Amino acid sequence: MPEFDLDFTLLLVSSGLMIGLMYALIALGFVLVYKATDAINFAQGEFVMFAAIIAAAAMGAALPFWIAATIALVGMIVFCFALERVVLRKLLGRPVVAVIMATIGLASLIRGVATLTFGAGVRSIVLPISDDPLFLGPIMLPPVQLVGAVVSIVFLAGFTWFFLKTRMGVAMRAVADNQTVSMGMGINVQRYFALAWALTGVVSALGGVIWGAMLGVDNQLPLVGLKVFPVVILGGLDSIVGAVVGGLIVGVVEALAAGYLDPVVGGGTKDFAPYVLMILMLMVRPYGLFGRRRIERV
Amino acid sequence: MFYREAGVFKTSYAADMALMPLPNTRWAVVALAVLFIGITPAFADEYTLSILNLILIAVVGAIGLNILVGYTDQVSIGHGAFMSVGAYTAAHLITKLHAPFWVSVPAGGLMAAAIGTVVGIPSLRIKGLYLAIATLAAQLIIEWTINHVPWVSGGTQSTIQVGPPSVFGTKLTNAWQMYLFLMFFVILALVGTQNLIRSRIGRAFIAIRDQDIAAEIIGINIFRYKLWAFAISSFYAGVTGVLYTYYLGIANYEQFQLDVSINFLAMVIIGGLGSTLGPVFGAIFVTLLPIVTRRVLESAGGLFFSASDLSAVIPSLRLAIFGGLIIFFLVMEPEGLNRLWRNIRNYFRVWPFSY
Repeated sequence: MPEFDLDFTLLLVSSGLMIGLMYALIALGFVLVYKATDAINFAQGEFVMFAAIIAAAAMGAALPFWIAATIALVGMIVFCFALERVVLRKLLGRPVVAVIMATIGLASLIRGVATLTFGAGVRSIVLPISDDPLFLGPIMLPPVQLVGAVVSIVFLAGFTWFFLKTRMGVAMRAVADNQTVSMGMGINVQRYFALAWALTGVVSALGGVIWGAMLGVDNQLPLVGLKVFPVVILGGLDSIVGAVVGGLIVGVVEALAAGYLDPVVGGGTKDFAPYVLMILMLMVRPYGLFGRRRIERV
Repeated sequence: MFYREAGVFKTSYAADMALMPLPNTRWAVVALAVLFIGITPAFADEYTLSILNLILIAVVGAIGLNILVGYTDQVSIGHGAFMSVGAYTAAHLITKLHAPFWVSVPAGGLMAAAIGTVVGIPSLRIKGLYLAIATLAAQLIIEWTINHVPWVSGGTQSTIQVGPPSVFGTKLTNAWQMYLFLMFFVILALVGTQNLIRSRIGRAFIAIRDQDIAAEIIGINIFRYKLWAFAISSFYAGVTGVLYTYYLGIANYEQFQLDVSINFLAMVIIGGLGSTLGPVFGAIFVTLLPIVTRRVLESAGGLFFSASDLSAVIPSLRLAIFGGLIIFFLVMEPEGLNRLWRNIRNYFRVWPFSY
């Protein structure tokens, strides 16, 4: 175990929090769909990669950043709409395995098609900001992470407001709560399913641009999606607040694990520690910190 | 005698529960046995046999996973890891204690069953998605453990070399000997599963699948039977891992990563959940898919891609086709290849008087 060092720990925690907010952004896409449609998206990481590839390809064609980001955004919304219509609507009411498998299949399809059409090389997304890190005392913050964190906070707050205050948001919560009753109250359930997927598209596009700018765009990017599961299980599958808190916890835990455990056990704890935490959570509170406990009735 | 059935004339439970209710089935089984055990190894070349061997190994694993997913409706995305547990257990037994195959195969299976049972423990409280994620975590954690604990992984590159198995003093070195060796386990797995499903345990599994709360009310101890399902299913996975190890000559955790778990899930789903033949079809399909894709592309791909592109294109095209087919099957034929086969069989069963 390396010596405890306050500055080092602060650095780890701060960067963990930044990364955690960005995890929360991606996890939000998962939560939105699960909340509204009960569908489970194992392809969230691939969605992020897909958006990043669109943005990177647009920037590669010498388009300015904002236009490229808009193209990625619109592209992802269209893609998710089509996906809901063609595949997921047909799988409503089927066993969980079927939906999980369909999204796993989708993940593999996206990976294959993406490398086929855009090639396997690493691309980059350049944000219109400087690369110089900001220093706050001992803490060093790369601007990419800072921008990512700010965008995440803005959108997480935006979605919270959307669900609490707008008519559409309330309708979506109603659909999530009970589909039959919502239909009876005159809510067009199908439309809100489509809307939930479109929102996931928005979130994935944002996540794709930010993560793509931070890590570079290649076929390793979907691995970010594997972090979604610990985040949503810790926070609770159907809670936006949960996604944020879960994201922060996972971000900090993996930063600390990478800083303090990696030298001892020889690497790889970053991807491993969140899952251990998740298993503990599943044993104690399977529905997560903020999730709603589901009571089964026959 | 060949004759066709003209109605249901069963007069006892024993007749209804018979493994092979029709004489035709018996003939078919005999014919298939002659074809696959007698004729195939004698006439197929090494390459074909090596593909068949891969299929046979996959069949054992898919049948096992189907017990869990198809009959008990518990998801596992950790089967690749269970296979690696079996593989490393057997590899250590073989290299350190010179264990023969009739020790190493069951031992690998039992070790995997033990680990699988531990992973299955959360299944009492959680189900569906939560269980899927818990098993995914098990996959990642087992993979990490094998890779990072030298005591388990045994040296460089986490690879342990293993000699070929020997049966009655003969070392199985060529493909057709391996083929018969693997075929023995496939038959064992098929007959074992078919009988398991007709037993008290099997029917408890099916009751849990159909409605777990109702099953609990009629007196089935859900927790115990879910753990049984995990144990039996991971036992098959462990055996699959050992067979892979014998087949490849090495135990290596890279052979059992997340994509293997996903492949096996795909086999079970494409083949047809909750049937004995389904996983067999699924295993054949999923194993052949990359081989056929490669073959077709290598012969016809030159029309669309330049030779240098082709080698880069094949893996991604394979991924895309694999994903596309899974989605296609889930949307178009939810009951999988087994359903297609049943439709064909039922058509000819009453042919030419189909109504």
